[in-house]
Amino acid sequence: MIQENSEVILTVRDLTANVDGTQILKGLNLEIKAGEIHAIMGPNGSGKSTFSKVLAGHPDYEVTGGEVIFQGQNLLELEPEERSRSGVFLAFQYPLEIPGVSNLDFLRVAFNAKRKAQGLEELDAFDFDEMVREKLDVVKMDDRFLSRSVNEGFSGGEKKRNEILQMAILEPTLAILDETDSGLDIDALKIVAGGVNQLASPQNATLLITHYQRLLNYIVPDFVHVMAAGRILRTGDKELAHELEAKGYDWVLEEAGVGV
Amino acid sequence: MTQVTSLARSSDRATALSQLLELRPALQASNWWQELREQAAARVQEMAIPSSRDEDWRFTDLSPLLQVEFQATSARTEAIEPSSIPEAAQSCLVFVNGTFAPQLSSVEMPEGVSIASLSQSNSEHLQPYLGRQQGADEVFTSLNTASFTDAAVVQIARNAIVETPIHLVFISHTSSQAIVQPRALVVAEANSSVAIVEEYLGFGEDVYFTNAVTEIWLEANARIDHTRIQRENSAAFHIGKTAVSQDRDSHYACRAVNLGAKLSRHNLEVYQTGSQTETVMDGLTIARDNQLSDTHSILALTQPYGTSSQIHKCIVDDRAHAVFNGKVFVPKAAQKTNANQVNRNLLLSPKARVDTKPQLEIVADDVRCTHGATVGQLEADEVFYLQSRGIDAATARRLLTTAFAYEIIDRISIPSVRETLGGLISP
Ligand SMILES: Nc1ncnc2c1ncn2[C@@H]1O[C@H](COP(=O)(O)OP(=O)(O)OP(=O)(O)O)[C@@H](O)[C@H]1O
Ligand SMILES: [Mg+2]
Repeated sequence: MIQENSEVILTVRDLTANVDGTQILKGLNLEIKAGEIHAIMGPNGSGKSTFSKVLAGHPDYEVTGGEVIFQGQNLLELEPEERSRSGVFLAFQYPLEIPGVSNLDFLRVAFNAKRKAQGLEELDAFDFDEMVREKLDVVKMDDRFLSRSVNEGFSGGEKKRNEILQMAILEPTLAILDETDSGLDIDALKIVAGGVNQLASPQNATLLITHYQRLLNYIVPDFVHVMAAGRILRTGDKELAHELEAKGYDWVLEEAGVGV
Repeated sequence: MTQVTSLARSSDRATALSQLLELRPALQASNWWQELREQAAARVQEMAIPSSRDEDWRFTDLSPLLQVEFQATSARTEAIEPSSIPEAAQSCLVFVNGTFAPQLSSVEMPEGVSIASLSQSNSEHLQPYLGRQQGADEVFTSLNTASFTDAAVVQIARNAIVETPIHLVFISHTSSQAIVQPRALVVAEANSSVAIVEEYLGFGEDVYFTNAVTEIWLEANARIDHTRIQRENSAAFHIGKTAVSQDRDSHYACRAVNLGAKLSRHNLEVYQTGSQTETVMDGLTIARDNQLSDTHSILALTQPYGTSSQIHKCIVDDRAHAVFNGKVFVPKAAQKTNANQVNRNLLLSPKARVDTKPQLEIVADDVRCTHGATVGQLEADEVFYLQSRGIDAATARRLLTTAFAYEIIDRISIPSVRETLGGLISP
């Protein structure tokens, strides 16, 4: 929801970034305020995941210019774990499997790392267990997923739900969901969207990366951005998503004078 | 010139070996045992400490062993707390410096199990088993056979299904550069079943040399679940042999965990004497600082319808060095054999090193054998995934390293052993 005078959570100015020496982000600008839901859409390979991983601090991506201010601090100089603890969360397009690390242990270590950074007392295994069980409800996940290794052997949809479970536990200020809707059946999509809506509040913000207008029926964005060739070329409201669905991206690129 | 030096070196190595042999205590033993000792001693007289020109010792340089002037071991009696396994509280045999320590042992064995220390038992019936495994004429095995004065003997009676694990503890507790030569013999008679935990522990900080031999016999349809844990002190040398014979339809599983010693070598050898056996050989080596930890396994699937699976993992940090060599023989007669071998190595530091050599020799044509080895570092993407959830890089690496080890530890059947090892590997 767009609110008057609400705090700016994220400011991205002229961001450029390389991977393996190839420039992928080519001057990206974006501002997100508390309470807002933003959606980024754009053709395959346009740099959406790259942008999300740059925000999360993935070591393979080299920022070559521009700045990212998250709640008043320079996000780019923080380690990935510091970014997470200060409230940035990325639900990955392709969540990794981590054999041998139990989901429950993983969630507890992550949760307590944040608590510790906030100067709060860590939760013991018992209290944490109780808290996790409540959060499972947000994504309607069965508790047998807790004793399994992180994402190992999970179906595509189960992995995505597990990402949202992590988000529910870490309660981020800025949640970036990279194609969390891809590969979900309609019931799972409703569950995931319901979870995201439940976690959204006037104090936090959500950035959705998606290819499908369908998701935006369930999580209604305040802004829709079109990303292509490493930049945001156009910004509109939720109607823009319908227009893109109907007409594709070419017209946006043409109007922006970007070669197809 | 070169030849002179190498001759000199090999004679040094022969001298060093005969000096070790001279340290063996005198023994009043029954005739057959005495004869076994002398035959082994005669073999040792003809041999030398192997050098890296021996194919079997290519990656493990024993020169540091030559630099220590070893002494004969003496029995120690002061109280030691051996690690205890609650599940085996009543079935624990402890040997200190190669000698049975009744005060540390509890020997109310479950039904169907007879145990003894060889020095105390009427031993005629053991003659067909002791020192009779293939590979018994290998140099360190021979040295042990020529030298040991006591042995842990475990016999499982025909048809006995033993629920309580048997814990064999071999402690080296010495302050005088001693050579300690523990020996164990396990005989599982037909249709019996038992779990054995064999553990090597070192106390103190002084250098010593444990040269251990364990022989295991599985008769038809017997089942042994064997856990071998090597936790010598960080100055020690450890050379250990596990020789196993499997008669038809038997099942043998070994989980070998190598944590201790400055220089260690585990020789695990499994020989089939009947068809349709099942063999599992899992291993975990963790080497830090400047440890060298070597595992050589031999699996001789010489009969039809055998199956085997082996997964050996090494975690190598600092300047440590791990070696794995896994031989699998499948001769012509061994049709319908199914053998899998995997060796995975995790290098945690740029100076860490691993030498791995899976070696399959397959002559039979109707078999299914797979093997593979990987050497890698922690996956950067996995570390990042954990970091992106607020877990610092060091903790992330520790979690992932522990997870790598747990694949083996989780296969150990005794809960308290899993727990103890879990505590040891995740500081
Ligand atoms: N390691 C790499 N080396 C070279 N190029 C890379 C690397 N990683 C990503 N790229 C390239 O960067 C571009 C942007 O990729 P990115 O994953 O950000 O796209 P995306 O917009 O998320 O696409 P999609 O909609 O398919 O998820 C692509 O052309 C991709 O091939
Ligand atoms: Mg993407």
